[in-house]
Amino acid sequence: MDPSRRAPRAVIDPVPKIRQVGFFAPPESSQSGPLDPTHSSPPISNSLSPVMIPPPRHLSDNLLLHDPRPAASPLSSASAVAAAGSGNSFDSADFFPAPLSPAMPSSSYSSRIATGGASDGGYFKGNGAGGKLAASSFPRGGFDLTAMKAASLVPASELTTVSVVNDSLGIPEKEKGNKTGGSAVEVKDQPNSSKQQKPKPKTSKAERRALQEAQRAAKAAEKGEGSKASGTAASTNPKPAKAVKPAQKVDNAAIAASEKKGGEIPPEKDRKKDAPQPRLQYDDKSRVEKAKRRAVVKQTEARNRVELFRHLPQYERGSQLPDLEAKFFHLSPVHPLVYKVGLQYLTGDISGGNARCIAMLQAFQEAIKDYKVPPEKTLVRDLTAKIGSYVSFLIECRPLSISMGNAIRFLKSRIAKLPLTLSESEAKASLESDIECFISEKIILANKVIVKHAVTKIRDGDVLLTFGSSSAVEMILLHAHELGRQFRVVVVDSRPKLRGQLLLRRLVENGLSCTYTHINAVSYIMHEVTRVFLGASAVLSNGTVYSRVGTACVAMVAHAFRVPVIVCCEAYKFHERVQLDSICSNELGNPDVISNVLGREDVKHLDGWANIENLQLLNLVYDATPSDYVSMIVTDYGMVPPTSVPVIVREYGREQVWI
Amino acid sequence: MPDVQTLVNDFLNQLKKRKIEGSQATAKLTAELLRSVISQQRVPHTNQATALINAVRAVGEQLIAANPVELAVGNIVRRVLHIIREEDLSLATAAMDGLGVSAASDDEDDAERDENPVLSAAAVAAAARSTLRPPSLQTLLEDTSDSAAPPHTSSSGGESDGRSRSVEKGSRGRKLKHDVIEAVNELIQDISTCYEQIAEQAVEHIHHNEVILTLGSSKTVLEFLYAAKEKQRSFKVFVAEGAPRYQGHLLAKELAARGLQTTVITDSAVFAMISRVNMVIVGAHAVMANGGVIAPVGLNMVALAAQRHAVPFVVLAGSHKLCPLYPHNPEVLLNELRSPSELLDFGEFSDCMDSASGAGSLHVVNPTFDYVPPKLVSLFITDTGGHNPSYMYRLIADYYSADDLVVKRRPTTGS
Repeated sequence: MDPSRRAPRAVIDPVPKIRQVGFFAPPESSQSGPLDPTHSSPPISNSLSPVMIPPPRHLSDNLLLHDPRPAASPLSSASAVAAAGSGNSFDSADFFPAPLSPAMPSSSYSSRIATGGASDGGYFKGNGAGGKLAASSFPRGGFDLTAMKAASLVPASELTTVSVVNDSLGIPEKEKGNKTGGSAVEVKDQPNSSKQQKPKPKTSKAERRALQEAQRAAKAAEKGEGSKASGTAASTNPKPAKAVKPAQKVDNAAIAASEKKGGEIPPEKDRKKDAPQPRLQYDDKSRVEKAKRRAVVKQTEARNRVELFRHLPQYERGSQLPDLEAKFFHLSPVHPLVYKVGLQYLTGDISGGNARCIAMLQAFQEAIKDYKVPPEKTLVRDLTAKIGSYVSFLIECRPLSISMGNAIRFLKSRIAKLPLTLSESEAKASLESDIECFISEKIILANKVIVKHAVTKIRDGDVLLTFGSSSAVEMILLHAHELGRQFRVVVVDSRPKLRGQLLLRRLVENGLSCTYTHINAVSYIMHEVTRVFLGASAVLSNGTVYSRVGTACVAMVAHAFRVPVIVCCEAYKFHERVQLDSICSNELGNPDVISNVLGREDVKHLDGWANIENLQLLNLVYDATPSDYVSMIVTDYGMVPPTSVPVIVREYGREQVWI
Repeated sequence: MPDVQTLVNDFLNQLKKRKIEGSQATAKLTAELLRSVISQQRVPHTNQATALINAVRAVGEQLIAANPVELAVGNIVRRVLHIIREEDLSLATAAMDGLGVSAASDDEDDAERDENPVLSAAAVAAAARSTLRPPSLQTLLEDTSDSAAPPHTSSSGGESDGRSRSVEKGSRGRKLKHDVIEAVNELIQDISTCYEQIAEQAVEHIHHNEVILTLGSSKTVLEFLYAAKEKQRSFKVFVAEGAPRYQGHLLAKELAARGLQTTVITDSAVFAMISRVNMVIVGAHAVMANGGVIAPVGLNMVALAAQRHAVPFVVLAGSHKLCPLYPHNPEVLLNELRSPSELLDFGEFSDCMDSASGAGSLHVVNPTFDYVPPKLVSLFITDTGGHNPSYMYRLIADYYSADDLVVKRRPTTGS
């Protein structure tokens, strides 16, 4: 009861601002008719519902149909009020598009008039078609067309103004109807006078400049929002949710209307996703210092840093783990399970994209289960901030993989999409089931589909080469062995992690014939290999396979020997980012593991390497394999060439939106 | 003779047990051993060159069989055989001129002095001709013996003629052995100082702020890079560690000690780093007749990555590494598999091997060398300058005789 009471109080404060904007809107919209088609502001979705309903009634000129108009307009005002109530950051963003929203109905009005009536094709074409129609209408000239445009522009602005005023005053619906009818009658008389036509061109120029400046300010505001990663994610997602609500509430909504709304929403997201936000560059000192203040883990800069990788974090190891263990009982902001997962990342107990992602999501699931909404805060806002702080902690323990980044983005979009009407327990249960679905469908089930596809590529007598240790490749080999295929496996390994030995042990225990070698000998062993199976940490939009370091070398040698290279990767590891080399973005491991060799006491040449000024040790974790080395990518959407990765990225993104 | 045999046996044991590291050290020791064989070989009065050739060939055959993969042994054996043939040819030419002079005038000292420059010119011409027409050597020898007979029959006799002839023959035999030993000494000197001549060319290839990648450990590469450093060229070196022998650790430590900016990377990071590398400079185990390289394992991968990124791949090789053989199936015939324990600890996998009950087998492959095709090599830098891979066959012709390419052929015919 209390939140519902507080809502109108929040609503009351911004209302005067809306009034001012509403009063200024009529002259702008009336003068800026020709500019309407060029507008492509985000509030298109918010203003769709009033656009859809009034035009047919207006064309018929039947006064009896005026009554449903007030029913439509309160919805747009309700959405505006909800946006205002969500927070101050939204207010600043919403005020800039506010003058533009009355203009949008006029553009659709003009497009309908130009086409001579309502047509579905015109609406599906969207803004581009509207622009063409508006341009074509001018050569026709004619007093009649101009007069009709003016008539159509004014009623929309009047409706908006009247609806806002009515809401603030709390006038009953009956009185709304009377005033609306009166304003409509008055507007009809104005176009008839010839004197008003002359001053329009002069004022329109001034108004155009004002509109352009408003657009620039809106764009600048959007850029400012872009700098905040979590802020942008939170602010972006509520808009489509609001667009969906009016469609559900309006009983008279036609099938065509819903199709139009569905068609227009993805383009907005595609635009925003076209430019992923740049990551934190560690050679930017000011940003690094800001991050250090919030940091939980104390980081010490490494002494012998490699200059080529100044933009990546290079910290001393060994001091992080004891420091974190000592702090265990003092870190109240971080959930104990998230803390535990962070420590496991730091020690390397959990490694591999899938394992890390599952561990993180399960920890978040438990954290959400134990979460309680603080007083005077909303669940959506506070939980998003809480998840953000958890992610920052995990990044300090070990930088995120791309699969984890995609999972976090999914989780934050789910939180933002939660309906406000849900109770706290219902919201939490919904989030937990969403996480469970993500783990079971995008990771576990995807692996099964990949295995089913890839097994068809294994024949009797094959010699399969794999590099390192990939869970997907391991499942494929074991499943092919269960099916009775006769093949040999060559496990290529590389220092310093030597993950291939773990895979080798599991394969030999299951009875597979194996050959083990180091990556240097891959040229020697490649003569007898018939297929290469590789895992991947990520597949980027230009087809680049971003995987454990050494994958590129193996793929390159296989390509030189004409051996097909098959990359097995789940679709949730695909990313719209592009990368040409392995240096602009990578992860640096502990350099000390290079100077020491396990089990080889005689190799001690680099002991005390940190004391040698001219000597650095570089332990790269990932590399980027060019797409022309990859023959096929097996994913849960099927077997695709590297050139089809951006198609899957788009379809995958769209699918996530509608879930 | 027993002393020489003892030396040969000791060297054979070292070769079989792979105790001599590096082709340069092997080449030097082989040359020194062959020098001992030559110095202690008794030379008969007739066919002295043939006797030396047979002795060197017999020992060389044993040395090559002891370590077939170490091609430097065969290279040095063939070089020594070539030296013997060249010295014998030059001496034969000098002997012909000498006989002519003595037949014309026995007592004129002035005439002999005038003939000296002619002799040296003839020797140079004979040496030059030997590279073009090695088979003609026997023909020349036969001509020499035929020309020696007529003066003897033409003279009416007398003790003075017989005495002078015997003195000439004895001095000629001793001179041949002496010349051969001197030439072998020069060969040993060349082997020891080849890296200095290669290093002199460093400033022509390395510029300021360059980034160089190398793999493994090579004294030639070390001296090459240090020579550029001494000329005040500031550049960086990425050293791949070259697992599982980790020779790169040694090289990196030495480079850092000499003041070069060094970064050690894992072998798997080669492809990632090579996009920022300006040049790859590596040593070689052997250079084959077609310009291909027998190199430390992993280098074919580096060469492929270098070609992909249009990075020059430079091979430093002394002349003792030039091998006249063609690499048929080089990955198998010119390779050596080292102990699997360098890769995998047997104790770790014994339990799962038992549980598998023989169903799953496990092989561990640890090769020593890689073969790099000539198309992946941009440049060879030898002690005689820089060369294209396609020129190596011609360079090899300067150092070897055609008759010696197959060491085992003559003994079979003889037996």
